[in-house]
Amino acid sequence: MRVVVDLNRCQGYAQCCYAAPESFALRGHEILFYDPAPPDEARARIERARLACPVRAIFVEAADLHAADVQESDPSKVDLPKVDRP
Amino acid sequence: MSERPGIVIVGASLAGLRGAEALRRGGYDGPLTLIGDEPHPPYDRPPLSKHVLAGELEADATALPHLVSLRARWRLGQPATGLDRAGRTIRLADGSDVPFTKLFIATGARARTWTEQGADLDGVFTIRRREDAVALRRALSRPPERVLIIGAGLIGCEAASCCRDLGLPVTLVDPNPTPLARILGTVVGEVLAQTLRRSGVDYRPGARVRALVGEAGHVRRAHLQDGGAIDTDLVIVALGAVRETAWLARAGLVADSGGVTCDGACRVLTREGPPDVDIVAAGDVARWPNPIYGGRAITVEHWGNAVEQAAHAASSLLRPAQPKPYVHLPAFWSSQFGLNIKAVGLADGADAVAIVQGDRASRRFLAVYGRDGRSVAAVSFDQARWLPAYADRILAGAPFPPILDATDQRRIETLAPGFPPLRTERPVLEMAHV
Repeated sequence: MRVVVDLNRCQGYAQCCYAAPESFALRGHEILFYDPAPPDEARARIERARLACPVRAIFVEAADLHAADVQESDPSKVDLPKVDRP
Repeated sequence: MSERPGIVIVGASLAGLRGAEALRRGGYDGPLTLIGDEPHPPYDRPPLSKHVLAGELEADATALPHLVSLRARWRLGQPATGLDRAGRTIRLADGSDVPFTKLFIATGARARTWTEQGADLDGVFTIRRREDAVALRRALSRPPERVLIIGAGLIGCEAASCCRDLGLPVTLVDPNPTPLARILGTVVGEVLAQTLRRSGVDYRPGARVRALVGEAGHVRRAHLQDGGAIDTDLVIVALGAVRETAWLARAGLVADSGGVTCDGACRVLTREGPPDVDIVAAGDVARWPNPIYGGRAITVEHWGNAVEQAAHAASSLLRPAQPKPYVHLPAFWSSQFGLNIKAVGLADGADAVAIVQGDRASRRFLAVYGRDGRSVAAVSFDQARWLPAYADRILAGAPFPPILDATDQRRIETLAPGFPPLRTERPVLEMAHV
């Protein structure tokens, strides 16, 4: 699953660290270190962390959100051509 | 669903992704295509120069969450190489053309590379893309004998912090008197200079690298302008970014290596003058007149702007009859050497700085910047909880200093912020095409 924290908004209240200690940790006085790709089994704890954040800085992707997307290129088979720069 | 080609977003990073989400949230139900030059779905860049370099996160762990269902068509690994505005098509590198009804430009920026002598040597890195971070991480773990970092901005200092955490000898070279001197001034920058030295970084302010020289194709030494030399086998070039606008060169839009110029509502200006109301831009690539700074046209290369401006640009695209000015207080964060550095507003050009909470000696403080008697910016070192209150005052154009007699506040010390003089030479616009 995918998680991102808006670290402009984060104030280091550390509520996420109590709700999901294996995915969020505070370093130094107020640096938040988090796992942006926690295992799916952690979803309930991550959701608790999201709800516990006093400044609502945690964003979590809902399950199966990509079902309606269409990939027109297979990322594993793409080579990267150079942009034609004037 | 309509027969029209719909909205195309060029740029599949943070601004492109959040822009796509804002279009869907805003009620857009038509075809939506995202074009990205990188083969990866949108990912978060800030961890690359921190946790990925440190080896704490895999580079592919930072894929960004989608916050709504996009129902989008993705064309990844295909840079846009041209825009035919009259024909309403985008040319891709593979020669195909993608038609659009409306266009959302979010092509961002790329790392400024080393262009002086030694540019072709192995062992010279930048940090911008996932592959950059993977390659640099691999090289750091070999390990090198000495890392040389060119540029003491945010990325250069974060890289220095990671290298010291890895126990690597590091030299950091920068022409200014302190790190972050151009964005925060030397009064605040000096705190970081002391931190660098205390952490064992061989920090060389006021120095410039003239040339990189190698042996058997691999970098071995850097020559400084003052005649000195530094032995190094791994160089990190941290000289900022160049906006990705080359593909717009013949589109008749106002664009150069400093960005694509928009009106106040993020709609891109044509060379004839008025905006093309069907083309918007957001994120690192977008230059717009920010009302907070008297309508001065700025680009803001920060995470928060990519998110907010993308939402604003989406709204301008969906509701062309009601353009609203995009008002944005720039903000960034950086973590390095165990410090959490956060800032709001633009400090450059300030004529005064006041330490309003804490003190520099403890490395826990909040500084506010003033210009012509108004508060224009604030920076926090490990005092982030005070920052929103000051952001509010800055947004309101409060007098400087803005908050007096706050709890725990000592006598306020006001100083000249110490911005280095503006460079006399104009930066080389390697691809100006206005």
